[in-house]
Amino acid sequence: MKLPGRPERSSLGALILIAAVLGCSAAAFAFTAGWLSPGRLTPDRMIAALTPPSGPPLGHRRNHAKGICFTGTFEANGNGVELSRAKVFVQGRYPALGRFNLGTADPNAVDATVRVRGLGLQISAADGETWRMAMINPPVFAVSTPDAFHDLLVAAGKKDPEAMAAFIRANPEFAAFAAWAKSAPWTASYAEEPYNSLNSFVFTNAKGDEHAVRWSLVPAATPVPITQAELDKRGPDFLEQDITERVKSAPQRWTMVTTVADPGDPTADPSRAWPESRRKVQVGTLVVQRIEPERDGPCRDINFDPTVLPQGVSVSDDPFPAARSSVYRKSYDLRASEAADYPRSGAAKP
Amino acid sequence: MTGAPHRFAPIQRLLHWLMAFCIIAMLFIGVGMVSTVAPKYLPLILIHKTLGVALLILVLARLALRLRLGAPPLPADLPPAIKLGARLSHLLLYGFMIVMPLLGLGMLWAAAYPVVLFGGIEIPALLPQSDRAHTLLWNAHVYLGLAFFALVLLHVAAALFHALVRRDDVFATISPLPQEERMNPAE
Ligand code: HEM
Ligand code: HEM
Ligand code: HEM
Repeated sequence: MKLPGRPERSSLGALILIAAVLGCSAAAFAFTAGWLSPGRLTPDRMIAALTPPSGPPLGHRRNHAKGICFTGTFEANGNGVELSRAKVFVQGRYPALGRFNLGTADPNAVDATVRVRGLGLQISAADGETWRMAMINPPVFAVSTPDAFHDLLVAAGKKDPEAMAAFIRANPEFAAFAAWAKSAPWTASYAEEPYNSLNSFVFTNAKGDEHAVRWSLVPAATPVPITQAELDKRGPDFLEQDITERVKSAPQRWTMVTTVADPGDPTADPSRAWPESRRKVQVGTLVVQRIEPERDGPCRDINFDPTVLPQGVSVSDDPFPAARSSVYRKSYDLRASEAADYPRSGAAKP
Repeated sequence: MTGAPHRFAPIQRLLHWLMAFCIIAMLFIGVGMVSTVAPKYLPLILIHKTLGVALLILVLARLALRLRLGAPPLPADLPPAIKLGARLSHLLLYGFMIVMPLLGLGMLWAAAYPVVLFGGIEIPALLPQSDRAHTLLWNAHVYLGLAFFALVLLHVAAALFHALVRRDDVFATISPLPQEERMNPAE
């Protein structure tokens, strides 16, 4: 019965069964990993679509690659407590760390060539609990879904103008963003821009009440319109010089305004604004006190993943935060592994 | 044969099957979550982290039990090379079970990324941010994860070989079913 190495005829069936179990398991694993589904939208494919033809910005973020670090304080006025039990809404001052940036995959882009400006922010509660977010200046996002964002990147990367035209036909929601990009005034300062969450999140207060919200950082500085050509004349890195100088002479402020959705508002679609009449609650002020270059600055090593949320804030039915989290993770993995291509200046950290 | 148990103790068998199920789930969740941008990414990675840390605690308990309670002997007629292979592969499986969660945690710590588990449990970072450490730990987690899956397949194949081809008592030693403790006259 038990002669190893000489399977009997009855064993043949068993051996086939074993091979089948292994084969099916391996196939199920390969399927789960997406190896058999080249059409699946993966973080890798999203990163590939973000990558310019000249190659990836080694050592840098795969999008919003040009930026500068800041540190400061979030001063909560206590009004947010009614909406969310997040500790950083309790009246008080909380350390803030962030990054002003341009929505481009080119870390050396000329400021006047980039329409979208962004702000990454981390606010820390006394016990170390962190809240990370990354916001941009347009009032709506360009597309309704992460898939459509991928389509946009692919279409925008093609030389054939028909590609973009076909994309716009398939994604009519793009019109609102395109109108903003075309007609909204430019400014010559990060300090004069608003930064909008665009994505919807859910605030939960101490009683357990839930509200879908979006928020914006509204600048205290008055926006001074400038043409794109004028900005261009001021130099390729004017925005970083400007914010460094402004903050050196005085802290720069933004009011954090939370907008509360009414039932039925489009929470799952960041390309659709909510009506102006929605309730707005001012929850605090971001005070930016210090600017540092990214190369050795504290924002370099942070992944401003918008799903790093404190208790009292959670994701909504908006599909973007999950997609962003998965792609930002991959972007971080890549840029950390390429740190040698973007060496720190001091002998500080490897 | 005196003293040596004929089967793994019920608690060891329970842990083996509970952990077998969870480890296989961890491997599938791991490769599934890194290949999607869909909303399920967030619950998947939350389960991955929470279950991974729970498994780290379980494997330590299991190892302690293993050292106390021992294991039944392998069949006497098994060639020594196969016996050695079996022992080494079990050792390796334990090694993976301990190392994988540590790599996962270390990778997030080295990325200055807060480790928050189900229920808001936060694990404090034991490593500072470091590009080099993150890259090393990340690569190790990814490639050892794949090697772990390959070893689990080999382990399952060996178990089935014992049960279906050799028809010896090896599978019975860990079988989840409560069987009669039979004395095997062949031993
Ligand atoms: C599926 C859609 C999106 C994709 C694939 C995407 C991709 C990326 C990537 C790869 C990065 C670099 C992350 C890192 O290495 O740390 C990034 C950064 C950023 N993204 Fe997105 N993004 C998306 C949607 C959005 C949306 C909706 C917003 C704003 C509302 C936004 C605002 C930002 C900002 C401000 C940064 C810079 C953060 C920092 O300073 O580190 N992104 N994005
Ligand atoms: C799902 C299919 C599985 C089957 C059929 C199976 C079967 C077995 C069998 C028959 C044994 C007993 C070997 C002996 O008597 O020495 C065993 C032991 C063992 N199994 Fe599995 N197993 C499976 C999955 C797993 C998984 C996923 C792991 C995860 C790491 C695992 C880890 C172990 C370890 C470490 C031992 C050695 C126990 C010890 O000596 O302390 N098994 N398994
Ligand atoms: C038994 C334990 C574990 C197993 C078997 C396991 C397995 C895996 C696998 C197979 C992957 C996919 C790798 C790839 O193909 O890219 C993965 C990814 C990942 N795992 Fe685990 N894991 C375990 C524990 C943990 C723990 C405890 C954590 C954290 C607390 C963790 C965090 C992660 C993260 C963050 C990723 C994504 C890596 C990336 O950035 O690409 N894992 N894991």
